[in-house]
Amino acid sequence: MPVIEVPVEKWSGTVRSVTLGATAAEGGTRSHVVVVGGERTLPFLAFEAKPANRPCIAVEVRATNPAEEWAAPLVNAWGAALGDLVAWVKAAEAAGTDVIALQLTTTDNAGQRMNAAKARAAVRTVLNSTGLPVIVLGTGQAELDNEMQVAVAEEGAGERLVLGPCEEKNYRTIVAAAMANGHLVTAKTPMDVNLSKQLTVLIHDMGMPLERIITDPTTGALGYGMEYGYSVMERLRLAALQGDNMTQQPMIVTPGEEAWRAKEARAGEGVPAAWGDWARRAVNWETMTAAALIESGADIVVMRHPEAVARVKKMIAELMAA
Amino acid sequence: MALSGLEIYKLLPGGIKPPHPKANCKECGFPTCLAFAMKLAAKQAELSACKYVSDEAKAKLSAAAAPPIRLITLSADGRKIEVGNETVLFRHEKTFYHPAALMVRVPDTLSAGEIATLARTVADYKVDYVGMALRLDGLAVESVAGEPTRFAEAVAAVRAAVTLPLVLVSEDPQVMAAGLAQTAGVKPLICAATAGNWEAMAKLAKEARAPLAVRADSLAGLAELTEKLTAAGVEDLVLDPAGAARGFAGSLQMLTQLRRLALKKGFRPLGYPIITFPYLAAAEPDMEMLLAGQQVAKYAGFVVLGHFDPADVYPLLVLRANLFTDPQKPIQVEPGVYPINKPGPDAPVMVTTNFSITYFAVANEVESSGLPGWLLVADAEGMSVLTAWAAGKFDAEKIAKTVKGTGIAEKVNHRKVVIPGHVAVLMGELEEELPGWQIKVGPREAVDLPRYLKTAW
Ligand code: SF4
Repeated sequence: MPVIEVPVEKWSGTVRSVTLGATAAEGGTRSHVVVVGGERTLPFLAFEAKPANRPCIAVEVRATNPAEEWAAPLVNAWGAALGDLVAWVKAAEAAGTDVIALQLTTTDNAGQRMNAAKARAAVRTVLNSTGLPVIVLGTGQAELDNEMQVAVAEEGAGERLVLGPCEEKNYRTIVAAAMANGHLVTAKTPMDVNLSKQLTVLIHDMGMPLERIITDPTTGALGYGMEYGYSVMERLRLAALQGDNMTQQPMIVTPGEEAWRAKEARAGEGVPAAWGDWARRAVNWETMTAAALIESGADIVVMRHPEAVARVKKMIAELMAA
Repeated sequence: MALSGLEIYKLLPGGIKPPHPKANCKECGFPTCLAFAMKLAAKQAELSACKYVSDEAKAKLSAAAAPPIRLITLSADGRKIEVGNETVLFRHEKTFYHPAALMVRVPDTLSAGEIATLARTVADYKVDYVGMALRLDGLAVESVAGEPTRFAEAVAAVRAAVTLPLVLVSEDPQVMAAGLAQTAGVKPLICAATAGNWEAMAKLAKEARAPLAVRADSLAGLAELTEKLTAAGVEDLVLDPAGAARGFAGSLQMLTQLRRLALKKGFRPLGYPIITFPYLAAAEPDMEMLLAGQQVAKYAGFVVLGHFDPADVYPLLVLRANLFTDPQKPIQVEPGVYPINKPGPDAPVMVTTNFSITYFAVANEVESSGLPGWLLVADAEGMSVLTAWAAGKFDAEKIAKTVKGTGIAEKVNHRKVVIPGHVAVLMGELEEELPGWQIKVGPREAVDLPRYLKTAW
C-alpha cells in the first residue's frame, strides 16, 4: 500500500474579513453584526484550513411593490408583504435571512420618480423594522443612484450599511458618502478579474479602507452565462489566496435578480413540457444559481424566494459542518 | 505523469546502458534516438516507429502516457458514455472534457410496468438549450430486495424498454451475476466491489468485460481495493466514496482530494472517475438536486439521481452544459442580420448582442411568437447586453455601426429600430448617431418581446 499524501496547498493570502452592521457599542443600532470573508482556502475545504465565516444570505426587499413586474411564484411566496416594507422585512427575517438587502427602484408605488427623500424614508423604515445589518443597492442609473445613496448614507450614518453598486463609471459620489458616514461599498465590474482589481484600487485610492469594500464580480444566471461569472470568481479567489492584495475582498453576488430574469423562472406558459412545473423550476433556478456561486466563492448572496433561501441556508450549514 | 524527452531517451535503444546495437539507426525517421525521444515527448511521433524498444521500456512508456484519470466507457447498443480523462481542477485552466453522466435510479422494488415507464421517461427526456439537445445518460438499476431473480427481472425489464447505458447496483455477487446475465449488448458499470466481496466481483467484471466500481469510506480503503483489483487484472475501475463522503461537505472534500491526488501527484491507485449517489445523503429531492449540482461541478464522473422530475433535471442539465463548456471558446454567433419568420419590408427591426445565449433567448422569443422580424446582431465580443454595455462593447456607436453595416435600411420601408430595455440610456446618443431613425426602447428581457411586438411596435 503506497502512502497517500493528499496535496494540501500552502496559501499565502487570506480573504479580508469585512463587518456588516454596527451595534450600539459601535455607533449604530443593529442588534448584532455579520462578518463575512476571512477564508484561508477555497470554499469549504476544511482539510486545508479551518472554515472561515459562513457565507451569508441577504433577502431582497423593496419600498416599491414589484408584484406587477415579478413572476407569479415569487409574488405568491411573499403575498401582501410585497406592498408593505415593514411586513416584508419581518417575513424575510422569518425566512432566515442574515442581512436585509433593500433594493432601490426608479419609481415609487404611485409611478413617480424616486428621489432622495423617498430613499431616505425607505432605509429608515428598514432600519427601524430590523436589527439585522442592511445592504442598500441602487438601480444602476448613475444620477438617480447618487442622489438616493447620498441621502441613504446620511440617514443611516454609523450603521455600517453596505451601499452599492459602485461601478467604474460611477463610484466617486457613493464612495465619498459611504466614507463620510461610516459605511461599506460594493464594487461592481462586468465579469473580469482585472477590471475588478482596478475598481478596488480606484475606490481604495479615494481613501476607503479595503476592509470596507466588497466585490461584486457580476455573474449571470444559470443558463445565461453563469459559467463566466463562476470562473471569474474562482480566479479571483485563487488570486486572493495566492496573495494578490487587490483581489482579497469578499464577494457579493445577486443570484435572486439574475435567476428571476431568466425565462425559466418567469414564464409559466408556452414553454416546453420538458421544463417541468413552473414554480418548482423557478425556485430551482434561483437555488441552483446561488449554490453554484457559493461554491465558487461568494460570501454574500442576495436572494428573492423564501424557499430558495431555506434550501441554500441548509446547504451552507451542511458545508460548514465538516 | 508525462515523461520528459530525456526521461524517454533513457528508455530507448540509444539511452539504455549499454546501448542497444541498433542505437541511432535512423529507422524511425529521426537522426538519433534522442531526437526521436524529443518528438515522442512532444507527442509528434509514435513509439511503434522504433522496432528496438524493449518490452519493459514499452510498458513503462505506455504507463507514463496513460491519462492521470482513466477514461471509462459504458455502452448499450448504439449509445455510449465516456467519463474521466480530466486534466484540470478548474475549468478556466483549460476545460472539463467529459460531462458527468447523469443516471436515474431504478429500484428493483418497482413492478415491471413501473420500471418500463420510468426507463422510457428517462430515455425520452430531451430538452433544447441554446440549440443543443440536453439528455440524461442512463439508468442505475439497484437491487433493493437482495434477490437474484428479482434483480434479473428488473434488469430485463429495463433492457426490454430502452437502450440506455446502465449501472448495476448490488454488493451481492450472486445478485450481480443474475443481473449481468440480462445485459447482452451492454457494457454496464458493476457497482460495487467492497473489501468483503472484491474477489467475486473481480471475476464477474472480467467475465462481463465491464468496468467495476469500488466502494469504501476512505481514500486508503479505495486505494487498497483498486490495487488489489488491478493486480487481479481488472483495470477499468470507478471510485464510489461512501460513508461521510456521501454528504455535501464530505463529498466536496473527498472528491477534491481525489482530483488533486490524480492530477498533482499522478497517484495511480486513485486515478479513476468517481460515482456519486446524492440521494443517499440528501433525502429531500430539492436538496438532492443541490448536492448533485455540487458533484457535477466538483468532481464526479457519474451522478445517480434518486428521482426524476423535469423541473429538477432541467436546471441540472443546464448547469452541466454551462460548466463543461470550453471556456477558451467564447460562445458567439456571427454578427449580422437574422431574418425570423420570413420578415417583409414592414417587419420590426431589433438589435441585440452576439453572445449566443442572448441571441438564442431573443431569436427563440420572436420565432415562437410567430411574428416576423429582423434581428440585428452587433459584434459585442460575445457578451450579453448588460455586460457588453458595462464594458463599453455595446454602446450607441456600436449599435449605429450595426444598423448601417448590415444594410437593413435597404430591406425595410421604415426607419425604426428596437433596442434592449437595459440600454435605454443610449437613446439620446443613438438618435444623434442614426439621424432619420426612430429609436424605440424594447423590454429588458427577451421573454417580454412578443407582448412588446404585439402592443408597442
Ligand atoms: S529506430 Fe530511432 S529510436 Fe529506434 S533505435 Fe533507431 S534511431 Fe533509435
